[in-house]
Amino acid sequence: MSAAAAWTIPAVRSALDARKISARELTKEFYTRIEQRNAELNIFLALSPERAYAQADRIDAAIAAGDALPALAGVPVAIKDVISTHGIPTTCGSLILKGYRPPYDATAVARLERAGAVILGKTNCDEFAMGSSNENSAYGPVRNPIETGHVPGGSSGGSAAAVAANLAVASLGTDTGGSIRQPGSFCGVPALNPSYGRVSRYGLIAYASSLDRIGPFAHTVRDAATVMGILAGRDPKDSTSSPAPVPDYVAALDRPLGGLRIGIPDDYFGEGIDPEVRTKVEAGIRLLEKLGCRRVSIRMPNTEYAIAAYYIIATAEASSNLARYDGVRYGPRVPGATLIDMYQKTRGRGFGPEVKRRIVLGTYVLSAGYYDAYYLKGQKVRALIARDFREAFEKADVIVTPTSPVPPFRLGERTSNPLQMYLADIYTVTGSLAGVPGISVPSGKTSEGLPVGLQIYGPAFAEDRVLHIAHAFERAGGSEL
Amino acid sequence: MKISRDDVLKVAALANLELTDAEVETYRGQLDDILTYIDKLNEVDTSGVEPMAQVLVASTNDSSLRDDVVVRADVITEVLAGAPDPEAPYFRVPRVIEK
Repeated sequence: MSAAAAWTIPAVRSALDARKISARELTKEFYTRIEQRNAELNIFLALSPERAYAQADRIDAAIAAGDALPALAGVPVAIKDVISTHGIPTTCGSLILKGYRPPYDATAVARLERAGAVILGKTNCDEFAMGSSNENSAYGPVRNPIETGHVPGGSSGGSAAAVAANLAVASLGTDTGGSIRQPGSFCGVPALNPSYGRVSRYGLIAYASSLDRIGPFAHTVRDAATVMGILAGRDPKDSTSSPAPVPDYVAALDRPLGGLRIGIPDDYFGEGIDPEVRTKVEAGIRLLEKLGCRRVSIRMPNTEYAIAAYYIIATAEASSNLARYDGVRYGPRVPGATLIDMYQKTRGRGFGPEVKRRIVLGTYVLSAGYYDAYYLKGQKVRALIARDFREAFEKADVIVTPTSPVPPFRLGERTSNPLQMYLADIYTVTGSLAGVPGISVPSGKTSEGLPVGLQIYGPAFAEDRVLHIAHAFERAGGSEL
Repeated sequence: MKISRDDVLKVAALANLELTDAEVETYRGQLDDILTYIDKLNEVDTSGVEPMAQVLVASTNDSSLRDDVVVRADVITEVLAGAPDPEAPYFRVPRVIEK
């Protein structure tokens, strides 16, 4: 295969079955591609060839023995650097965890490997998953493989770009306010944020625990569904993971779409949306109608308060979660005269500007005298946003929105104003607060050739429904609109 | 002005964060903008609304807790290997108790 050819999960399986390539050769091919492109794109922060080749050899031995192969046998995958991998450096894109090697695997990683996946390495991201452009990584930004002067989105920009650049067949990202869906949109690949509680967070290094989720990027919706089937399910190590049965996501894909009601929120296409994004998403909605969906108008009246509520709740939780980085147990220490002095210096120099900004904001909204006015108020508004979704799903089977109001922007173009960057999370934070699943699928390109994403929200635990619609949309040529 | 230089310093101390003078000034301005924006939440009538602290996952009542059994983790060597100043089986820190 040429360097540009995209391997999908079924393509890997048929090549292995036909003995056209071994798992070891395929792994080597991916490492060769990474070697060729990583200096330019800055996607991988660490590679794990020893572990990858050991796994590939196990798959090749199973093939030689004629054993039945697991669902992801030999499939090269990349893991976002906020997800723990035993013995493989895991920095969260931060200097404060430089050199840290987790003593255990995240459940999501263990599940992928048990299903036969080959873990190539760790992908770059905004520091502690805080950002929408990847420019907050302490190790430099990832470049968008489609247009290298542009950002790949964030925070899971490295995982999205790894798939878009064909440096992995699939990858894991994490999403707290849009960090899977928005980079999926910017890099032109399907990207699924599952329901809160559908995928175990064990081993996911916490940013905001009531919002954080793990989900897949892939070349096709079918591949995303396959990976989702491996990730989903109850984990005794995460008390918030749901025991609800996991449906067969792939089997659900090929049913006809007819009659599904797609809810389009009033006011979602007005102020603040880039005209080209609006045009492409509206074309996407028409395509869904052509496929037999029925368009209904819905109201999401509390959307305009979502960003404010999100940045209170997420930063409050972050200020608490990030208290553990104190130079005692992991990462580098900056010496100090006293224990407190050592904490302050280690944290002051180990964290980057965006993380410090969010810790200060989160500490402020939780501090004496402000708790009710900010944190409690934010949680009440969150309840209203969740109610908006519940009421909307009485009228519609899914909700369709743009993923991001803007197409990928140039590196450095938006770094000076954090609030402006936050406001662009408007279509994704609502679903984050409500806990519902959302997928971003490519919906055409701008005149500059930059990808646009269409987002499909479903009710909690209706991943099968959003994957079904996204698959039909993709098959009908959604990415070429 | 919603937030003063002293507020930033107070919060930074609570969070054990050393900030440079330039950082204090930058964050003060940026947080002022963000907090002013957040004030729009005051437009929302939330009387009688229960705060939502967590997404409630259906049917997790008792099943959300696993059995309380001791499992050997055996990671002390690996954990200490990543610590900046280990002295097995401890993490060493600057003196906290005066002689």
